[in-house]
Amino acid sequence: MESKKLSLIDFLSKWGTVLTIAFLIILFSVMMPATFLTMSNLTTILRSISIVTVIAIGVTISLTVNGFDLSVGSTATFADALVMTMFIWYGMPAFTSVALALVVALTVAAINAFLIVKLKVPDMLATLASMFIFQGVAMTYSGGGSVSQNMARLDGTITTGKVPAIFSKIGEAPWIIIIMLVVVIAVHIFLTYSKHGRYLYAVGGNLEAARLSGIPVNRYRTLAYFLSTLFAALGGIMVASRVGSAQINAGAGYLMPAVAAAYIGFSFAGAGKANAVGTLVGALLVGILENGLVMLSVPYYSLDIVKGVVLAVALASTYFRKKN
Amino acid sequence: MEEIKRIKLKMQDISIEFPGVKALSNVDFEIESGRIHALIGANGAGKSTLMKVLAGANTHYTGEIFIDGELVEIRSPKEAKNKGIEIVYQEVDTALIPYLSVAENIMLNSIVNKMGKKQMVNWKEVKRSAEAILKKLNMKIDVNTLVSNLSLAEKQMVLIARAVALECRFLILDEPTAPLSNTETKELFRIVRDLAQNENVGIIFISHRLHELFEICESITVMKDGTVVANMDIDENLTPNQIVELMLGRRFDDTYPKKQFEIGEVVLEVKGLSEKDGAVKNVTFDVRKGEIVGLAGLVGAGKTELCKTLFGAMKQSGGEIKLNGKLLKITNPYTAVKQGLALVPEERRKEGILVEDPVYANLSATSLKKYTNKFSFVNKKLEKQAARDIIKDLGIKTPSEDQLVKLLSGGNQQKVAVGKWLVSDAEVYIFDEPTKGVDVGAKRDIFELIERLVEMGKGVIYASCEFSEILAIADKTYVMYDGEIAKELKVSETNEQELLYYSTGGH
Repeated sequence: MESKKLSLIDFLSKWGTVLTIAFLIILFSVMMPATFLTMSNLTTILRSISIVTVIAIGVTISLTVNGFDLSVGSTATFADALVMTMFIWYGMPAFTSVALALVVALTVAAINAFLIVKLKVPDMLATLASMFIFQGVAMTYSGGGSVSQNMARLDGTITTGKVPAIFSKIGEAPWIIIIMLVVVIAVHIFLTYSKHGRYLYAVGGNLEAARLSGIPVNRYRTLAYFLSTLFAALGGIMVASRVGSAQINAGAGYLMPAVAAAYIGFSFAGAGKANAVGTLVGALLVGILENGLVMLSVPYYSLDIVKGVVLAVALASTYFRKKN
Repeated sequence: MEEIKRIKLKMQDISIEFPGVKALSNVDFEIESGRIHALIGANGAGKSTLMKVLAGANTHYTGEIFIDGELVEIRSPKEAKNKGIEIVYQEVDTALIPYLSVAENIMLNSIVNKMGKKQMVNWKEVKRSAEAILKKLNMKIDVNTLVSNLSLAEKQMVLIARAVALECRFLILDEPTAPLSNTETKELFRIVRDLAQNENVGIIFISHRLHELFEICESITVMKDGTVVANMDIDENLTPNQIVELMLGRRFDDTYPKKQFEIGEVVLEVKGLSEKDGAVKNVTFDVRKGEIVGLAGLVGAGKTELCKTLFGAMKQSGGEIKLNGKLLKITNPYTAVKQGLALVPEERRKEGILVEDPVYANLSATSLKKYTNKFSFVNKKLEKQAARDIIKDLGIKTPSEDQLVKLLSGGNQQKVAVGKWLVSDAEVYIFDEPTKGVDVGAKRDIFELIERLVEMGKGVIYASCEFSEILAIADKTYVMYDGEIAKELKVSETNEQELLYYSTGGH
């Protein structure tokens, strides 16, 4: 009897997120039979979570080494501004701009890694600092305002650069969804099946044991922050494509949902640690909930309450299980 | 002048049991205020357990404790404090709050417990009282300094001052001199004498350093295997050798049949090795192929530090390490492993295993490269197969290779910590207290495993404070004392008594 009860709790905490998703889909389908379970609405949901998911994958990687990257939002803003200015101010081609924006954005990672690995600043505080720094850098670089086509420069001339048509595709379904899925699958394979993924988890699980096992721990911690920044920057580029212009602090709003998705994903399939598929499931859960509630005319400003509750429940199930 | 009243503290028939072990059996212990009393015994003899009973940290004892002829119960640290018993543990940092000033730390108890309904702290008063105590003890520490800026010796003094602030009558010092320099030790002795003579405090002084006990203590209790074997005054008739004889613990498996393998040429050569903070000083030794080299020494002698310095886990400040005649450049464990060293660390849970991970992932942590293809993808089938082989080989008791390591017993965890190195291609294996916390059966398994390594022509360093184990398995041994190698001995020509003699500072 006792063990049966225990295994039920066990089952719930392992598959709770998936069950909740299934439950929500059924609930919303029953309440809105004509509109919810349509191809176009499902596409909308997937498109709406794709940017959060990609950024959340970055956060996930920083969590594998028991670190934390608060600077992903600013990194996204920075990459967003970089890529748009390359198009609009300098008229550069799509591929070069994207590649260059990603590379330049990696300075965030370099600073994070330097502060955390070399100077031993606690990760949360180091990335808090770099979050502010790059929020400011992005804003200063773009002249304190948004960057859009045909904008006037400070000297009054009108810019002539255009956003390439192919770049705009990135932000549209199905491409944006495909990018998300490719990122999730690639990172999942990397974390689960490659030697490097195993080392990242070892470093996060017990830094000292990993070090004494001969794993170059500092190298792997640095790698984690570079990957985290890389995916955050990719997220920022997706924002640029989706919106078609670079708005002030466009990436900041993605930080908290991304962190939430990564943490909700902890308990997925009983992993008990940061994992890529779990993060996708976490983002999906929040996305479906948001979509359904909006369709049910719940005001958008109340949605945060629901998201917060979901995060609290997910965290409770992860940590309660750990304690046992 | 009024006569100082001597108070007697008497422990009678004290026994305590931990799951599976009787840690203390029918111990009698007695001390008088105003005197300095030594407590000595080999590791695991029960000194700390007994003192923890007094300090209220081991609450499930049986037996009776009398203070000043009155029967008392000590079932919590608070009760111990109320009775005037204070303990300064070896790990001083656990008892201090680093962000607070010296004054606040000394007066912590009155700030926490004696405030009553008052809400505001009178800082002037706190500082004044702290200063008065420091002055009384003749300690020169500024009460405004943050504790985090103090040296180890100063932290100890703050703890002693705190004990005095509580008007303690009996003060237990658990290996207080281990981390101290000579001058610091002298200063500590001055304070301890002062406390005993002028404040009428009874001091229980635990130390492994025999000559120190002879210098400062008036009487001594020797413990062995959870019992008291001797209680006597320290006078000119007593010699260190007599105490060493009394301390000698139970023998571990005198019958362990050590297999003799051919000992080849020198594989590891260490010359003048020092650690940056002086935990290891100018150490020179060598290990031959097929040889098990013991590193004997008591807790705090610098064995662990030597192992870690060799392995690059602590900073090397001088000397050279040669492997097969080639000078090694070791800056961190990663480079040490790459160049052919392996370390099984002492603190298994903290340093040796990934508790949240399954057995197979632990066993492959040092050798994952063997199971990866050229794109660094792990072949899990191969990895698990290898894990199953090691599990079978070492007799690790686990339902499967997928079991989380945290669910295994201590001995089996240790086997995992050892097992992960078996597949790596190290030349020299360093074992730091590999049998700590494992049962006799597991001990034998670990011994056999070490013998298998030397049979393959590897060199082995075996650091332990269990001298009987070193005698059972090593070929030659170095005795460490205070970070230095005090003596090199052939195992076949020495005995436990001699090892103990050198590791307590004899020469």
